Amino acid sequence: MIDNQLYKTIVIGTSAGGFKALKTIITELPQSFCLPIIIVQHLSPQSDGFMAQYFNQISHLQVKEADSGEPIRPNHVYIAPANYHLLIEKDETLSLTVDEKVNYARPSIDVMFESAAMTFQNRLVAIILTGANDDGTKGICTIKRLGGLTIAQSPETAEVGVMPKAAIEAGCVDLILGLEEIAKLLSTLCHRPKGSIQDQ
Amino acid sequence: MEKQEEINLLLQKQDLEIDLLLEVIFRQFGYDFRDYNKAHIRRRILHRIQTLDLKSISELQHKILHENGFIEMILRDLSINVTEMYRDPSFYLQLRKEVFPILKTYPFIKIWHAGCATGEEVYSFAIMLKEEGLYHRAQIYATDFNPLVLETARKGIYPVNRIKEYTQNYQNAGGSQSFSDYYIAKYDSVILDQSLNNNIVFAEHNLVSDSVFAEVHLIICRNVLIYFNKDLQNKVVKLFTESLIKGGFLGLGSKENLMFTDVYEKYQIVDARERIYKKKIQI
Ligand SMILES: C[S@@+](CC[C@H](N)C(=O)[O-])C[C@H]1O[C@@H](n2cnc3c(N)ncnc32)[C@H](O)[C@@H]1O
Repeated sequence: MIDNQLYKTIVIGTSAGGFKALKTIITELPQSFCLPIIIVQHLSPQSDGFMAQYFNQISHLQVKEADSGEPIRPNHVYIAPANYHLLIEKDETLSLTVDEKVNYARPSIDVMFESAAMTFQNRLVAIILTGANDDGTKGICTIKRLGGLTIAQSPETAEVGVMPKAAIEAGCVDLILGLEEIAKLLSTLCHRPKGSIQDQ
Repeated sequence: MEKQEEINLLLQKQDLEIDLLLEVIFRQFGYDFRDYNKAHIRRRILHRIQTLDLKSISELQHKILHENGFIEMILRDLSINVTEMYRDPSFYLQLRKEVFPILKTYPFIKIWHAGCATGEEVYSFAIMLKEEGLYHRAQIYATDFNPLVLETARKGIYPVNRIKEYTQNYQNAGGSQSFSDYYIAKYDSVILDQSLNNNIVFAEHNLVSDSVFAEVHLIICRNVLIYFNKDLQNKVVKLFTESLIKGGFLGLGSKENLMFTDVYEKYQIVDARERIYKKKIQI
């Protein structure tokens, strides 16, 4: 049912408990993994990019905070900076805004997901992980409507089940999986031959 | 036709309609959003359509053209006026440490706040200039292309509910007095010290279409360039470069960068993290 060659980008939204959940997924992904991952995790406005630096050190992937105007590159993980919304442009670059909060959040998952849906349509995989509110539900529904593959962390396994539960109850989720299963699935979506030249 | 093709076609038509709408706004009202980031513009337009319960972008276009005063709402939608006092206190702190000592060597200084929105940033700065003994010899130009926000800015009256946050920011920005010295609270508003206004001129200026209007020592333009595409960013930083004296300073928002623009080699970095630059004396 899943066409492994189709997908170009993965987007992830999470809130409370997200740090640990993301850590599990990102460290499970092999060096050969080559799709870009774009993440919105609700953060306090004062956060200073520690998460990106830390994930960069402990994983095989290039993890960084998203910069305005930056092109989306394979094998890179982009994390939305605190206090900015992250959007994805049609030309597959990232842009940031300081627009009002959405669902009490900036960055908001809905904002990023909806722009990703318009750009990637059916070539997008969207994942909702642990969280205590329903930001992301609207976005994941748009992604599903435009043909993307949608996944929620199974609420029982989530530190806080509210966020994945909201997406599931809206009827917008294709697969409900645990963290390890999500990582395993993602690993099958893109493999480069071992020893091939890494992207920068 | 396959479902996915249909979706694709629909989205293409939507993009076309948005382009046409921006063309209409430009040709009829002179506001040029054609080189703003599209994902942002699309989000604002679709949001407006949803709140008004309209069926299409074309319907919105009809209203813009034929309903009196409608364009003002759209202008507000597209020009994000979100701002606060001492946003990113560390930016102010670094300016105070690294730029003010040099500004002090000039007998008279001119400062340009481009895209000042409702003025919170301008007053934050004015307070800092006062505390550093620079205010009386400063001329501050504060500009925005949205006339409605400038009206608010001139008044210097803000809702009281954010004052706690602003006080905290003020302290983190290196404020040396008690922040409450600078305002009077009245009902649910605070009225800023009116003398802060003496050396500030608020004026309409559009970064896309207007030209240089003064030679200045310092330009602050924060969280405006992030809304522009590469071409427009280049155009605007070129305007800033023409406007700055040799050795003048430029302060951008914490996610904005000269590095990817055409003028990069004309500047040296004063503080990379806070995005503070100095125009080279010899170019
Ligand atoms: C997000 S606010 C930033 C306010 C403030 N500088 C800050 O950082 O808190 C962006 C402002 O830029 C203004 N702006 C947008 N496009 C502009 C243009 N072409 N010319 C002048 N101002 C513009 C908007 O009206 C808005 O007030």
